[in-house]
Amino acid sequence: MLLAQVNTQLADISNNLIYSAMTVYTLAMFAQMFEWTFGAKGGVAVRSRQQATLAEAVSDSADAAKGVRKVSVTVASQSGGTTTLTRTALADAGATTVTSGRGDDDGAPADGPGPAGTSEKADMAGRIAVSLTVLGLLLHAGSVITRGLSVMRWPWGNMYEFSVAFALMMVGSYVVLLATKKNVRWLGLPVVIAVLLILGVAVSMLYTDSEQLVPALHSYWLGIHVSTATICGGAFFAAFVATGTYLIKDRYEHRIAAGLTVRASNLMDRLPASSTLDKLSYRINALVFPLWTFTIIAGAIWAEAAWGKYWEWDPKETWSFITWVAYAAYLHARATAGWRGRKAAYLALLAFACWLFNFYGVNIFITGKHSYAGV
Amino acid sequence: MSDTKTSPQPADAADPDAADVERLSTAPAEDADVPVGIGFVGWLRWFWRQLTSMRVALLLLFLLSLAAIPGSLVPQEGPNQETKLAAWKAAHKGVVPLFEKLQLFDVYRSPWFSAIYILLFISLAGCIVPRTWQFVGVLRAQPPAAPRNLTRMPVYAAWRSDVEPDAVNAAAHALLKKRGFRVAAGKGSVAAEKGYLREVGNLLFHFSLFALLIGVAWAGLASGTANKLVLEGQGYSNTTTQIDDFYGSQFYGINDLDSFGFKLDGFTAKYQESGPQTGTARQFTANVRYWVGDDATKLKKSTIEVNHPLEIDGSKVFLIGHGYAPVVTVKNAKGEIVYRGPTAFLPTDANMTSRGVIKVNDYGTDANGDKVQLAFQGYFLPTAAENFDRTGPISLFPAPADPQLVINAYAGDLRTDSGVPQNVYQLDDKAMTQLKDGDKIAKARLKVGQTWELPDGYGTLSYDGYQQWASFSVSHRPGNSIALVGGIAAILGLIGSLFVQRRRIWVRAVAGPDGRTLVEVAGLSRSESARTAEELAELAVELQDDAPAVDEPSETDTEDAPAAADSPAAAAPTAPETKE
Ligand code: HEM
Repeated sequence: MLLAQVNTQLADISNNLIYSAMTVYTLAMFAQMFEWTFGAKGGVAVRSRQQATLAEAVSDSADAAKGVRKVSVTVASQSGGTTTLTRTALADAGATTVTSGRGDDDGAPADGPGPAGTSEKADMAGRIAVSLTVLGLLLHAGSVITRGLSVMRWPWGNMYEFSVAFALMMVGSYVVLLATKKNVRWLGLPVVIAVLLILGVAVSMLYTDSEQLVPALHSYWLGIHVSTATICGGAFFAAFVATGTYLIKDRYEHRIAAGLTVRASNLMDRLPASSTLDKLSYRINALVFPLWTFTIIAGAIWAEAAWGKYWEWDPKETWSFITWVAYAAYLHARATAGWRGRKAAYLALLAFACWLFNFYGVNIFITGKHSYAGV
Repeated sequence: MSDTKTSPQPADAADPDAADVERLSTAPAEDADVPVGIGFVGWLRWFWRQLTSMRVALLLLFLLSLAAIPGSLVPQEGPNQETKLAAWKAAHKGVVPLFEKLQLFDVYRSPWFSAIYILLFISLAGCIVPRTWQFVGVLRAQPPAAPRNLTRMPVYAAWRSDVEPDAVNAAAHALLKKRGFRVAAGKGSVAAEKGYLREVGNLLFHFSLFALLIGVAWAGLASGTANKLVLEGQGYSNTTTQIDDFYGSQFYGINDLDSFGFKLDGFTAKYQESGPQTGTARQFTANVRYWVGDDATKLKKSTIEVNHPLEIDGSKVFLIGHGYAPVVTVKNAKGEIVYRGPTAFLPTDANMTSRGVIKVNDYGTDANGDKVQLAFQGYFLPTAAENFDRTGPISLFPAPADPQLVINAYAGDLRTDSGVPQNVYQLDDKAMTQLKDGDKIAKARLKVGQTWELPDGYGTLSYDGYQQWASFSVSHRPGNSIALVGGIAAILGLIGSLFVQRRRIWVRAVAGPDGRTLVEVAGLSRSESARTAEELAELAVELQDDAPAVDEPSETDTEDAPAAADSPAAAAPTAPETKE
């Protein structure tokens, strides 16, 4: 195997890009803080924008009357309330959906309107924040790519590179959620703050120059196993933020229901309803679990090629297994034991703690066979 | 459907088929009842029910992850772990007896760890075998007929139409069929179900865990690993007499070794030569020629690298280490060669500062005519430091830029004949005395080609050069493919189990008292997914092609305020009496 030379020019570009990304993320963070602050002044709308457009569309279609098919589906929610989902289609256009939205009635807490509330100014700040986050993501991705190109290998061979890739996946998960039109702008601030922390630690404490890999990492499994691991990490993190927010919001809603005093209601009311948060975190976790299973199996296949045994209870393997079992317990609890809500949420937090320890703790405190040059 | 109980009771009790209708999973229902029939059998049954309950499954899963933790913090017994384990034990003397009692040095083979996963798997078997039968029953049966009161279902829609009820039902039947539902026509209603793959996936996932377990168990029972250090230019054949260490198992002993061999033609190591990571390894390659069976003349060329083992005849040969072997010639006082050859030294750090012992068994007799043996202990330094004042003898770089040998000498009895197996890398100095130069310990620092005149007339040692060695582990592990198939099946099963929704949809069209047809559609799914509502809405919209809604004043009301007043009862004025 021929060892490529390190292209220092590209390595330097990679370093500059990561600093640029951090700067842009910092600006995005400020824009988000603006959004949250201005949004508070705008007052809290009872109905979300989505609902507003729904009302508009429905009255429009009422005008068009003829040739319109419309169905309102009553959806009973967990908490006993009901919501309705309305779907309207033009008769001639086959099953073309014109609008689809949700309304709610009685009791069940509704999703908040998001950080911007009804303030135009805050909404503008929020849009700027999203644009900046996307720009940061591009710079960040550029840094990872140039780093890889500078040594012509997968850019996750040591802890610095792995941290940077993990942070990239965190922002990536957030942007993917935004792109799928999920109501997740509120997620932006915690994501950007965490990403800045991780990148800060990476560039200041974990930094290693771009170099070739130790022989143990010369394998195409590095591309498969480690990239899926980072994707899982980013998505698990998004689910973790949703879970944490769920716990806070759920307590808040309960206090309101019980007539107790609440704090920060201005902020709380702008967040999605606890049931929405709960579902969001479950969906992300459930979506990632098969990928995490794949990551572990891919790791086992690699271990078989590298060490002769696919499972040796190496600390990294052990903690991946612990994380896997913890997430399995969480899914089990939700699927069958009727452990919804808070109890399941605590399990999800525990599972994420295992993941985090597997990444940072095991590399730093325990020496195993997993080799990371530089730490 | 039964009409016997109509009193306002909790819904499930009132509607005897409700439990059946709402059962969308073969997951066992929870019950924590105390034993019914007291007595041994009663307790046994209770115990079995507890063990196979979801609560206990959850508890066992939790325990399993907890139990796995200590093994990641304390070094574990196993091949090539001896030094690490010994070092840890030496550093934590106080807790060693306790830890040994708790089997914390062999967690994953300990009875308590095994107990947890064995219980988990018994629980799993007790859970999924009945579930599988039940599911087969479900597949044989029709989707359950529409419950009397459709408004009670989680998602519901209704409208009036001028189309005949039978025609609506027929249209619904065709529509659902087209959308891939299993459909059963009922009396004035249609029942449909979809998403059986969820249950299939879930069962497949849990079954595949057994496949994984069997693969792992089989590997544990029938695999073996042999370690061997080979010098450049030397050969190795996979037989009892040649291996250094062997770790076998019940069904793979030292006599079952696959028959093959190989010659190590050369070993290449490359290291980073500049920058902060100087000395970090970049490449290790062992060039070999191997043979299969007994015929060592038919050789095939190959290379063995980290991550790229050589597969021969049921075994895999892994490159696990490398090092240097200084070549020396020892002559006695008469100038006769008493020892000549390479001796493998073991690396002690990343720069390949290597330590070892050269044992001269056949030295002969000393000046007094007594039988004596010699030993040389010391370091091989591939790139020796300028001076050792502060550091002791160390190497600064792993490649041999300035290979030096730093040794001292012993004379006496090596005790190799004592019958106790000896570690070739360690010196048993109980019956040896270290040679001295006057008061000081005699030692030499040699460059290639230099000769050391030994004190007390013992002769000379010349340092002729060095060779490289590589160490291999030869591993025979069956059961990998079972585990791999299990793993792949687990992922596929999970995907089915987590991404497929199992749901039921019912359509009922009946003639109302006003002569118009009331069309009701309702749906139910396991998890409250937004998709169920959307699917129902789509279906209803499509159904309106065949059963157009008639405009009614009340409908305009709901259009203006879709968020309010659309309670099930209002939307279905003539539905059979609602119980809420
Ligand atoms: C060996 C350890 C086990 C693991 C890793 C495991 C993992 C999982 C996972 C990840 C799910 C989620 C799938 C979903 O949400 O649909 C699940 C569901 C389930 N598991 Fe397990 N499980 C294990 C043992 C058991 C045992 C011992 C039982 C029975 C006592 C059991 C019964 C079930 C049931 C009934 C479901 C839900 C089925 C449904 O959603 O319809 N599992 N399991």
